[in-house]
Amino acid sequence: MKKILVLIEVLENKIKRVSYELITAGRKIAEQTNYELLGVAFSSNTELLEKVKEFGLSKIILINNSTFEKYSVSLFSKALSQVVTKYQVEYVLLPAHTYGLEIAGRLAANLESPYISDCISLTIDNGKAIAKKPIYAGKAQINVLVDGNIKIFTLRPNVFTAEVNPTEKLEIEEFNPDVGDNDKKEVVVNSFRNEGKLDVLEAEIVVSGGRGIKGPEHYNLIEELANVLGAAVGASRAVVDAGWRPHNEQVGQTGKTVSPTLYVACGISGAIQHLAGMASSKFILAINKDKDAPIFKVADYGIVGDLFNAIPKLIKELKKYKE
Amino acid sequence: MKILVGISRVPDTATRILVGKDGKSIDEQGVKFIINPYDEFALEEGLRIKEKFGGEVVTITVGPEPSKEIIRTALAMGADRAVLVKTNSSFDSFFTAKNIAIYAKEFNPDIILFGKQSVDYDSLAVPAMVSELLNFPLITIVSKLTIDGSKVVAERDVVGGREVVETTLPCVISAQKGLNEPRYPKLPDILKAKNKPIDERSPQETSPMYEIINMEIPHRARKNIILSDSDEDIAEIARLLHEDAKII
Ligand SMILES: Cc1cc2nc3c(=O)[nH]c(=O)nc-3n(C[C@H](O)[C@H](O)[C@H](O)COP(=O)(O)OP(=O)(O)OC[C@H]3O[C@@H](n4cnc5c(N)ncnc54)[C@H](O)[C@@H]3O)c2cc1C
Ligand SMILES: Nc1ncnc2c1ncn2[C@@H]1O[C@H](COP(=O)(O)O)[C@@H](O)[C@H]1O
Repeated sequence: MKKILVLIEVLENKIKRVSYELITAGRKIAEQTNYELLGVAFSSNTELLEKVKEFGLSKIILINNSTFEKYSVSLFSKALSQVVTKYQVEYVLLPAHTYGLEIAGRLAANLESPYISDCISLTIDNGKAIAKKPIYAGKAQINVLVDGNIKIFTLRPNVFTAEVNPTEKLEIEEFNPDVGDNDKKEVVVNSFRNEGKLDVLEAEIVVSGGRGIKGPEHYNLIEELANVLGAAVGASRAVVDAGWRPHNEQVGQTGKTVSPTLYVACGISGAIQHLAGMASSKFILAINKDKDAPIFKVADYGIVGDLFNAIPKLIKELKKYKE
Repeated sequence: MKILVGISRVPDTATRILVGKDGKSIDEQGVKFIINPYDEFALEEGLRIKEKFGGEVVTITVGPEPSKEIIRTALAMGADRAVLVKTNSSFDSFFTAKNIAIYAKEFNPDIILFGKQSVDYDSLAVPAMVSELLNFPLITIVSKLTIDGSKVVAERDVVGGREVVETTLPCVISAQKGLNEPRYPKLPDILKAKNKPIDERSPQETSPMYEIINMEIPHRARKNIILSDSDEDIAEIARLLHEDAKII
């Protein structure tokens, strides 16, 4: 039987949420094709992996060997290509973020197989796959028909839903890839976590500030609103270029593309390059003193007014719902 | 140092995108094309590496005839010469990567620099594919790069943090904003660029693996409930977030 393979991403003893989204997407393809759904994980923590059962995954190929302790794109993609070949995989699903994207590109070139990146929908029609992907920074999208013995896709995080669909048993099969030290071409020598801070890419709610915030000393207002909402903090490029916030918070064409359930834009005008990074959010709330600001055109909710007045009031009102 | 930089031709990021007559690609009427913004960071870095270690900077573009305009800009910025693999197809990243790899095998670069993504099809694939085809190491989305002998150290943002990655030359690097400030060509450089060579080639075809069914402009109906900052209105917004968006 042919297989659908999804990458279960384990980072710092946590399964990344996007993995559950991939499982659900994979399960839907499995139901249509009658193929078997497989997970693949680079991990030594088998106990942790049990969590995938909740989302309906019942078999994992486990790569648990000290060579894979640290991430290296060449090494991981080589191992994955061996999994794909050995298990007769037809569909490979990976997350469309740093690691998933670079692994997928190498994997696709190695297997000379079609690969569509950053998909926002994936359906099967008569044995052929149709992927939808945003292009021109989300200003347009294409539907692409993909045919081939192996098909690779990266799925945009937060777009596919992770549906609970419990299964009883999880089978874990160990796999030892045939790799050597010279396959480990890159070494991560140091990594820094943004401690206690939610990344805009992973958050269900993002609150961003723009030039309207006037200076870095007022960003606590944005942080406070983010706190009440359980949101990550983002920024426009104007704010990042001014050095008020770090680049990893920038949303937009040259920053990150986010698709949260709610995006709150405070003192952001809504330039096309900013919209490119957040226009696919489910709901958008804009706070801006200029009623003609372009951000209001894409907003579900808007507050026309001074953010220094509006945000504290909004925080107060939102707190009432939290109690 | 032999430095190869991949540059692609894309519509200006401020361009309004309209679907063309074929329903599968954009209407190019009146569209201004530019060097892919991320490729400017890649080129600038290539020029700085040359300034430091000596050598040659060659750009490569897989694209149509009018790509020569952006190639001239790259030459004016300081690239020594350029290669244009002429084609009209632009969606297939594997085709692009394959043709860049073919030239790379001939040129034997010490380093290949790309942008992190091209802002037309946003594929984020070519650098990884080229690195695999050449069996080179790969570091993507780099915002700081140091080369010391054959040792390469790069910094990049990853989900939830930042990491430092080490590798050795020859390697493939993809550039993120923040890596450097790209220079503006000066008038004498623009004139000089006119005489720099562009080596035109025909592509090696690969079997097509995709078919674009259609291109569409996404329409997301927004509620557009725009209120004032009065106490009542803000209470109403909070209520909507609670009852309508159900996020609190
Ligand atoms: C190639 C390229 C790539 C780019 N990439 C990005 C990107 O990734 N991300 C990005 O964000 N931008 C990007 N930009 C820049 C973009 O064009 C805009 O310049 C930028 O988004 C503007 O940021 P802003 O909205 O914070 O500032 P402004 O446009 O200056 O807007 C500030 C807004 O704040 C409002 N305001 C002021 N004071 C108050 C107040 N007291 N209360 C309420 N509202 C107030 C104003 O009415 C105004 O609408 C890019 C540009 C280019 C050319
Ligand atoms: N047609 C092309 N010609 C030359 N370089 C390209 C081409 N397409 C992509 N690249 C390079 O690969 C990077 C990533 O592009 P992409 O994978 O298409 O998102 C770009 O920033 C360029 O440096």
